[in-house]
This record gives sequence, C-alpha cells and structure tokens, in this order.
Amino acid sequence: MDAAAAKLVGAGLAAIGVAGAGVGIGTIFAALVNSVARNPSARNQVFGLGILGFALTEAVALYALLISFLILFS
Amino acid sequence: MRPTRTQRGGRAGQETDNVAAPSIDALGQFTLATTLGRPGAAVGFTNANLIMVVTAALVLALLVLGMRQRALVPGRLQALAEMSHEFVANMCLETIGPEGRRFFPFVFTLFFFILFGNLLGLFPYFFAFTSHIAVTAALAVLVFALSIVVALSLHGWRFFTYFFPQGAPVALAPVLVPIEILSFLSRPVSLSIRLFANIVAGHVMWEVFAGFMLIVVAYLGVAGYLAALVPLAINVALVGFELLVAFLQAYVFAILTCLYLHDAVHLH
Repeated sequence: MDAAAAKLVGAGLAAIGVAGAGVGIGTIFAALVNSVARNPSARNQVFGLGILGFALTEAVALYALLISFLILFS
Repeated sequence: MRPTRTQRGGRAGQETDNVAAPSIDALGQFTLATTLGRPGAAVGFTNANLIMVVTAALVLALLVLGMRQRALVPGRLQALAEMSHEFVANMCLETIGPEGRRFFPFVFTLFFFILFGNLLGLFPYFFAFTSHIAVTAALAVLVFALSIVVALSLHGWRFFTYFFPQGAPVALAPVLVPIEILSFLSRPVSLSIRLFANIVAGHVMWEVFAGFMLIVVAYLGVAGYLAALVPLAINVALVGFELLVAFLQAYVFAILTCLYLHDAVHLH
C-alpha cells in the first residue's frame, strides 16, 4: 500500500473516534432536558453546566478530528 | 488554492486530461507571513502578531470608550462594558469563592483576549492567532504555572496532599496518586489542544467546503455553479457554528482557569 492510500485509510479510521463524542453530547442534552422538565425553575443554572459539559465533550471529538486532519494533510 | 493540471495515468495511448482539478490545501491558511513591510520583516512581526495587537486595542477601546461617560444610567456601550465586567466577575467569584477577586484581572484579560482573537479570525483575510498551538500552549502553560504558584504560596508543602483526596482508602494510594498526578499534568495539554483543535477544525472545514465548490465548478461546468450552492450553504451554516464555537471556547478556557484556581486555593 503506498503512502497516499495509507493516509486516506488512516484519516478515515481516526475519524471513527468522534462517534463517542456524539453519544456523549446526546447524553448531556438528554440529562439537560430531563432536569429542566423536572424542575423548570432551575433552567438557568442547569443550562450553564450543560453548555460547559457540551464544550468539554466536543473537545474530545475535536482531538480525534485533529488527528485525522494531521494524518490527511501532512 | 491553485488549480493544478493533473495527468491521469494508467490509460495507455490516451491524451492528457485538460481539466484543471483544484487540490484542497487545507492547512496552508495557517502559515505565518511577516507584515508591515521591511521593518516588520526585520523583527519578524507576523500577521498573527498584528491581529494580537488589534485584539488588545479592541478590548482596551471597549473598556476605555465604554466607561468614558460614567453615567449612572448607562448608555449602550457603557452597558456592554459593565456587562462584560459583571459576567467575568461573577464567574470568578462563583467558581473560586471570595478569594476570586484577586484573580479577576487575569481571568478578564484571558477571556477577552481569546474571545476577540477567535472572533477576529472569523473575518476574511484576517488571521486566527488561536489556531497556532504555540499561542494556546503559552496561555495554557501560563494558567497551569499560575495555579501551581498560587497553591504552593498559599499551602506550602501541603499542596501535595491535593493528589490524595480526603476520605479515600489508604490502600488505594499507590494506584490513586499516580493517576491523580497524571490527570493534573494533563491539564495544560488538554486546555491548549481544546482551543487549538476547535479553531483549526472550524477553519479547515471552511477551506475544505470552499474547495468542494471550486472542484464542482471545475468538473461540472455550468451545472457546477448550481451544484456549488450546496457546499456554499454548508459554509454559511458553518459561519454561525464558528461564531458559537468562538464564544464557547473562550468561556470554557476561562471557566476551567477559574476551576483550576479554585483547586489551587482550596486544595480539593
């Protein structure tokens, strides 16, 4: 297998990692909706925590994407 | 992006394709170039440095011009300056506690430098200086070093009890302490890479979808102009997403700084 083909395969494999972050973000927002449904007055506090959790989980997806880009483009 | 002439190999006896197929150069947009002519090249003043100076000037302008009126009932710009102050001050006090007042100038500077840097990078022909790991790593190492210095100066040698949480069984210590130390040492790594990867991924996606537009036009001719509307629509949606990411990543960097300072001040 030559280098260019190996790069493409590697980039594709590395991108599989973002699937975990998809599950994580779905879990966070499911918890957010659940908690707002149980206690609508806590919405502002919980929303801030939810957005923080979303950003931290998204970061892991971007680590995987970054590795994929690094393999593909350099 | 430059269209390059590609030669389709493997077909014996046929002519070379005359279609120019643009290749996508996704990472070339992040290269540094010296600005401001000969004086700039002499000291190595790059486009990233220029945008950093513009960012700092904008933050300064927001505060100085906003507070010039000092009206009791604020106008729009003063209200914006006061809201920005209150947002970061609340974040510091709520997360760090009463000692958070001391760290407010640092967290305010950090938050607005990163925020305005991310936002300025969204404009065409500007440069996102947070897309360089050197910049984000410098900020992350600064936060990490500050948290260690604060913890050591406040608690002395008791700082190392941070790695053995209270109430944990002593038998677990050989496993728990190395894990805690590793997770502590991974803080500057994750802090820097989180911001860097978010900004780089956003800009690379823009470049890739813009490249798709050019490729579609090159291969489909006139129908390509219609088909190119699809990557264009995706790029427009990405602008909105990148705006959200710019705010969110600046906020996450600042709130994690406050959390690390809380750990340093309270040792748990």
